[in-house]
Amino acid sequence: MGKPRTIVEKVWDSHVVCERPGAPPLIYIDLHLVHEVTSPQAFEGLRERGLKVRRPDLSFATTDHSTPTTDRSLPIADKIAAAQVAKLEANCKEFGIPCYGYHSEHQGIVHVIGPENGLTQPGMTVVCGDSHTATHGAFGALAFGIGTSQVEHVLATQCLLQAKSKTYQVNINGSLKPGVTAKDVILALIARIGIGGGTHTVFEYCGSTIRALSMEERMTICNMSIEGGARAGLIAPDDTTFQYMHGRRFMPKGAAWDAALDRWKQLPSDEGAVYDRSISIDTAALEPMVTFGTNPGMGIPITQPVPDPGSLADPLERDSLAKALHYMNIEPGKPLLGHKVNVVFIGSCTNARITDLRAAAALFKGRKVSPNVRVMVVPGSQDTKRQAEAEGLDKIFREAGALWREAGCSMCIAMNGDQLAPGEYSVSTSNRNFEGRQGKGGRTFLASPLTAAAAAVTGVVTDVRTLL
Amino acid sequence: MKKFETFTSRVVPLPIDNIDTDQIIPARFLKTISKAGLGDQLFNDWRYDDAGNPNPDFILNQPRGRNAGVLLAGDNFGCGSSREHAPWALTQFGFHAVISTSFADIFRGNAVKNSLLPVVVPKDAHEELFAALEIDPDAKVEVNLADQTLTLPSGRKVEFPVDPFARHCMIEGVDELGYILQQQGAIAAYEATRTCPLNTLP
Repeated sequence: MGKPRTIVEKVWDSHVVCERPGAPPLIYIDLHLVHEVTSPQAFEGLRERGLKVRRPDLSFATTDHSTPTTDRSLPIADKIAAAQVAKLEANCKEFGIPCYGYHSEHQGIVHVIGPENGLTQPGMTVVCGDSHTATHGAFGALAFGIGTSQVEHVLATQCLLQAKSKTYQVNINGSLKPGVTAKDVILALIARIGIGGGTHTVFEYCGSTIRALSMEERMTICNMSIEGGARAGLIAPDDTTFQYMHGRRFMPKGAAWDAALDRWKQLPSDEGAVYDRSISIDTAALEPMVTFGTNPGMGIPITQPVPDPGSLADPLERDSLAKALHYMNIEPGKPLLGHKVNVVFIGSCTNARITDLRAAAALFKGRKVSPNVRVMVVPGSQDTKRQAEAEGLDKIFREAGALWREAGCSMCIAMNGDQLAPGEYSVSTSNRNFEGRQGKGGRTFLASPLTAAAAAVTGVVTDVRTLL
Repeated sequence: MKKFETFTSRVVPLPIDNIDTDQIIPARFLKTISKAGLGDQLFNDWRYDDAGNPNPDFILNQPRGRNAGVLLAGDNFGCGSSREHAPWALTQFGFHAVISTSFADIFRGNAVKNSLLPVVVPKDAHEELFAALEIDPDAKVEVNLADQTLTLPSGRKVEFPVDPFARHCMIEGVDELGYILQQQGAIAAYEATRTCPLNTLP
């Protein structure tokens, strides 16, 4: 027997192509996901050098970021966005990469459609020109975001030069109380370690809480690994993983499935494997979380007061918190409960899967959206949209007074026309509350789909537990 | 890529922690399909008011914000989105180096591929430089990648870490893809050893 290894080390070791003196290891990429925003300059680079895509059969594209969530029978009104979406489809055609384009019945957010179609598999290396690629880690894949230069590297060679990350074990134990969700778990972790807390590391989420979560909930957790600064975040596959994957479009079938299953079952970290760092979180006392500031680490339990910059000793930290509260126009020292809300956004690669929509719909059922609030529900993919409609969820949203849209990133990144007006407040199930992230001058409170739905019906930041 | 040479420059201080790539270049400018023109939108929402007029309080709109090759920022610079548009915008504006106490992983990787040097310095050097710029806004630093040293206005030299391969590529002005393409034999040999469970083609 060799030295006990973590799942991260197992996946890493099996993907090192070569390691030459003076250069980082060259690692092989099993799945390259491509979208319209971070790829055009990479395809242009290939053309300039006269290169082909080495493995179109390990590449997959969709359009999501600058993609409107309005009626798909209409042309894209924003001409620049239309050109970008068209460019992706043209590039994919030219280089032979399969693409679920603007009119595809399977189009959706890249991190939703990968798992949904069975492209994402345990033990894979997965990359995408998008920082939320860690989502795919929920399946025990080593998945991370890359820049456009590296998108070009992978298109041309299927490989990346990559320094090995350190391992960070995140032990999460305990059951979740009613009203407390996977989103609250990850927001609590980030609030504790800070948005740079995981820099240079890959999180491995373990513990009884994680084991009890559905795949959708695990994706919510892994998705926000980058908000904790980590390169990636993953969860060892188990029966929950295999049940979710079985039969999906691109999964191996028959004997190939059985053989893959045998390989995947070898992936979990060995007994006695050593991590560079570790942390433990007990969920017993966990409350619904909400962010109050301008980065995802500025989060608090919903009943707790917003922190006071005056309480911080470090001048740069104090100024940064004061600047955040000034941008948000929020006073320290009291909870956000009761703070008015203009918009509620339920969507994004963090929380736009079927279980998120079901949770929100259960809260909307029999209730009406507050007259002062604009509510957008944006499914993560067209497949998710159809499933939700088959379950009648769209009717619940519409009857409550919410907008039910086509799939895309939408107001998470506000590139497609879905955005906040200056000064507006949103409760959003997305992953970033940076200044202007949801529209210039817009102010974001990040929260779970349940907390978002609660704000939608009351018109103010609300402890969802009072409505359950 | 241009060869990265030792240079001496004034410094633009931006004393804010956790400057994310949405601040460096807001997402709505990412609908472009080229790299050109992004320098005009660098720090757009801090730099311009709602009518598009320069905000006189923002340092890049002041004389000291111009013709400086070095940005001095707070901790964890470049966190958030993986957009390479961030280093494209910074270099197009004229920055060749950013100094901070730490950088987000993806930004650091993107920066070096665009001849933008992330210079990580200890907290005391970081504070010394901010203080020196308070006293003399025209104070200069020397950035020497070959020696991996930053010379502060006081004359004190501070060493900084750089990935040796990135350093080699920047000094020689070559990009990583050229190197990876030379490894195609190893890549093909690796591919031959494994059965791939995925085929995305119809």
